[in-house]
Amino acid sequence: MERKKPVLMQGNEAVARGAVDAGINFFAGYPITPSTEITEFMSRELPRRGGVFLQMEDEIASIAAIIGASLAGAKSMTATSGPGISLMAEGIGYAKMIEQPCVVVNVMRGGPSTGLPTQPSQADIQQARWCNHGDAPAIALYPSSVLECYELTIRAVNLAEKYRTCVMVLSDAMLGHMREPVNLPDLEHVNIIERIKPTIPPEWYKHYPDNAKYRAPLASFGDGYRFHVTGLAHDDLGFPTTRPDEVDRMMKRLKNKISQNIEDLVQVELFGDESARIAIFAAGITARAAKAAIEIAHQHGKKLLLVRPLTIWPFPDEAVHTYLSDKKMIIVPELNQGQLSIEIKRILGKSKKTRKIVEVHKVTGELITPEEILKAMKEDN
Amino acid sequence: MSKSEKPQKLEVRLSGSGGQGLLTAGLILSQAGALQGLNVTQTQSYGAASRGGSSRSDVIISDEPIFYPEATRFDALVALTQESYDKFNPNLREEGVLIIDTVFVKNYTISSQDIYALPFTQIAMEKLGTSLFTNIIALSFLVKVTGIVTDKYLKEAIKDFKPEFAESNIKAMKLAFKLAEEYDQPAQEKL
Repeated sequence: MERKKPVLMQGNEAVARGAVDAGINFFAGYPITPSTEITEFMSRELPRRGGVFLQMEDEIASIAAIIGASLAGAKSMTATSGPGISLMAEGIGYAKMIEQPCVVVNVMRGGPSTGLPTQPSQADIQQARWCNHGDAPAIALYPSSVLECYELTIRAVNLAEKYRTCVMVLSDAMLGHMREPVNLPDLEHVNIIERIKPTIPPEWYKHYPDNAKYRAPLASFGDGYRFHVTGLAHDDLGFPTTRPDEVDRMMKRLKNKISQNIEDLVQVELFGDESARIAIFAAGITARAAKAAIEIAHQHGKKLLLVRPLTIWPFPDEAVHTYLSDKKMIIVPELNQGQLSIEIKRILGKSKKTRKIVEVHKVTGELITPEEILKAMKEDN
Repeated sequence: MSKSEKPQKLEVRLSGSGGQGLLTAGLILSQAGALQGLNVTQTQSYGAASRGGSSRSDVIISDEPIFYPEATRFDALVALTQESYDKFNPNLREEGVLIIDTVFVKNYTISSQDIYALPFTQIAMEKLGTSLFTNIIALSFLVKVTGIVTDKYLKEAIKDFKPEFAESNIKAMKLAFKLAEEYDQPAQEKL
């Protein structure tokens, strides 16, 4: 049997390929380093495939355009970084409020403000959680390899459809520009979630059914179903309301559709030795340094465990409890000043078992090296 | 480092100034590795400007999975500017291969490393009429002296890169192979 030849691919290209393979047929964006290759790919490929690419005047217009396209029935996406994601915050909150599927990719670079445009960071981890005003949960995924850029973008598109919300894909300048050979799966083996169209008589249709059945049919503008869309608190038909019972139901729905489906949403990888007394909690590009550190440690007869969240939000609280609560030491390396570690402390802080949480931070636009992780382990041991 | 004792994992840093084509060289080398069925990561670092400023491309090629994607202790270093030589040479392994362009790297020390010092930019201009081929010449030279990928896959990767330039790039590759075969070490006369 002939083996399919691996193709050398950049992280950003893999994100874009994942998007089109998942059915994204509308992309609006404003190019910004280090996410530009995604926009470039879409500008080239979407028109060829019968989709729509729009170069917008800025990021506010980009997020507005993809929400509008989604309302009209498209699977839509945008990609940005740093200052662009800040501009999109209001639109992201709007998409969550009106429960309209869409995907936003944030290829993280150094910040705040213009920061380090060409260099990686993981400083938007908490921003991904709170990228809207008001009280709404988030779904954010963070790959660690070029192949995973492809896989998790497909998953993000699927989760957006399934949970009717704006899903974020996190990447970073290093991962986005990194090249690796990948074997993309054949499309017939890729699971794609399509939007279900309503078939009931229009007068029965409720745009926001009050049960938490998130695979309920969703009408688009132009389908012949009447519904109202507003960023105001709204009732089941989408019309503004201040009735406490209706507002409460709406807000609980936004929360519960995420919090009651943690098992479906959260993915975690374990690497190394589960019986190790020292563990590393790391995500994305930094998890690769952690894996290299574990390999080096193993060569010296030392056991280590890596717990790597592929889903950053909702945070993998249960996995942290299960795999980390009995460790003597937990190392949390990250390209920020403590955004993952604050969650680890929140989760494990109440437990009485004594353990040490060692934070390794770097915000200079460089990666944390395997040696730096091992050094932190030794110094604190 | 010689071909016979090729370790399982090789870390290469291609460094110089923006516009010298180092990212392209890194891309072609990683494509060659991928075509050969090896594990590869290629990463890059550059400033906000597309010309000038320091620029580097790291390629790691291995039989095993590659976790950390940046080169830290180089098995081979290509330095096309004095700045990149000064900055990165300390992290070249003792038995590593150093390739420098003597048009820009004037001050360097002979050590236990394999040093190949040639005026690549000048050679490109004289033999091929433009300095644009410096990257392909330096890369092909590196491939020939290290055997990091086979000649066959390098050629294939060069052809894949931009078919419209394949012919002239292959010419540059062959020139570099010849330079590598004829090269006399050590480059004592350069001291």
